[in-house]
Amino acid sequence: MEINSGLFLLVGAALFSIGLAIVILKRHAIMVLMGIELMLNAVNLNLIAFSQHDPVRLQGQLFSLFVMIVAAAEAAIALAIILQVYRHFNTVQLDEMNELKK
Amino acid sequence: MVQIVFYLFVLFTLGSALAVLLTKNVLYAAFFLLLTLLGVAGLFVLAGADFLAVSQIMIYVGGVLVLIIFGVMLTHKTDTAKTDYTEPNFILTKHRSWLWALLVAGGIFSVLYRALVRGNFVLLNQGEPSYRSTVDTIGRQLMTEYLIPFEIAGILLLVALIGATTIAASSRTK
Repeated sequence: MEINSGLFLLVGAALFSIGLAIVILKRHAIMVLMGIELMLNAVNLNLIAFSQHDPVRLQGQLFSLFVMIVAAAEAAIALAIILQVYRHFNTVQLDEMNELKK
Repeated sequence: MVQIVFYLFVLFTLGSALAVLLTKNVLYAAFFLLLTLLGVAGLFVLAGADFLAVSQIMIYVGGVLVLIIFGVMLTHKTDTAKTDYTEPNFILTKHRSWLWALLVAGGIFSVLYRALVRGNFVLLNQGEPSYRSTVDTIGRQLMTEYLIPFEIAGILLLVALIGATTIAASSRTK
C-alpha cells in the first residue's frame, strides 16, 4: 500500500494535542475522561504505525492491546469514582469541588 | 484509491475530535467521541492491524463509551438551578479560558510536528510492509512471549471489576 507511515504519526500527534486541549479546557469530569481516552488512542495509533514494519513479532500491536486493556480498566474505575464524587458533592463540575480551598 | 480512503478517515477522525473539543453539550461530546473512535478503528485497518481494529470497536465503542454515556446519565442534575459553572440546561458545561489550552496543546503539537518532520525513522524506511492477517501472530505471541503480561492483564481486569463495583456501591449500605 502506498500510504506514508509518517502520516500516521502526524495524525497521532494531532489527536494527542486535541485530547490534551480537551483535558485542560473542559470543566466536566466526564469530559476530562473522554480527553484521556482520546490521548490513549493517539498513542495506540503511533504504536501500530511502527508495528506494521515488524510483522514477525508485532510488538507494537501487542503493546497497544495491553494499553487498551488498561484503558478499559481505568475508565471503569474512573466512572465509579465520579459517581461517588457526585453523591458526595452533588456536582461533577471540577471547579466546584474546592473544599480544601475554603 | 487507498490514499483517498485514508485521507477521508483522517478528516473524519480529526473533525469529530475537534467537535468533541468545541461542543458544550456533554452528551453530544460522547456521540462525537464514538465517531472519533470509529475513525481511529478505520485507520488501524489501513495500518494493517485488523485484529486491533475489531477489538477497538468492541472495547471502546461497545464498552467504554456505553459506560461514559451511563456516567453522563447518572450524574446529571435534575434540578435546573443555575450555578456559576452550569447553564440552566444541566447537561451543558462551560469552558475554561482558551488561552492555556491553546498554548499547551498548540505548543506540544508544534514540537511533535517538528520532531516528526525532521526525524528520519529507520524502521519506517525499510521498504513496503507486507499485509496479511495478524490474528495468527497475535495469538501465538500472547501464548508464548507475552504470556505473563497476558495473565497479569486478566488479574488487573478482575481487580478493576471488583474495585469499580465496590467503589460505586459503597455508600448504599449506610
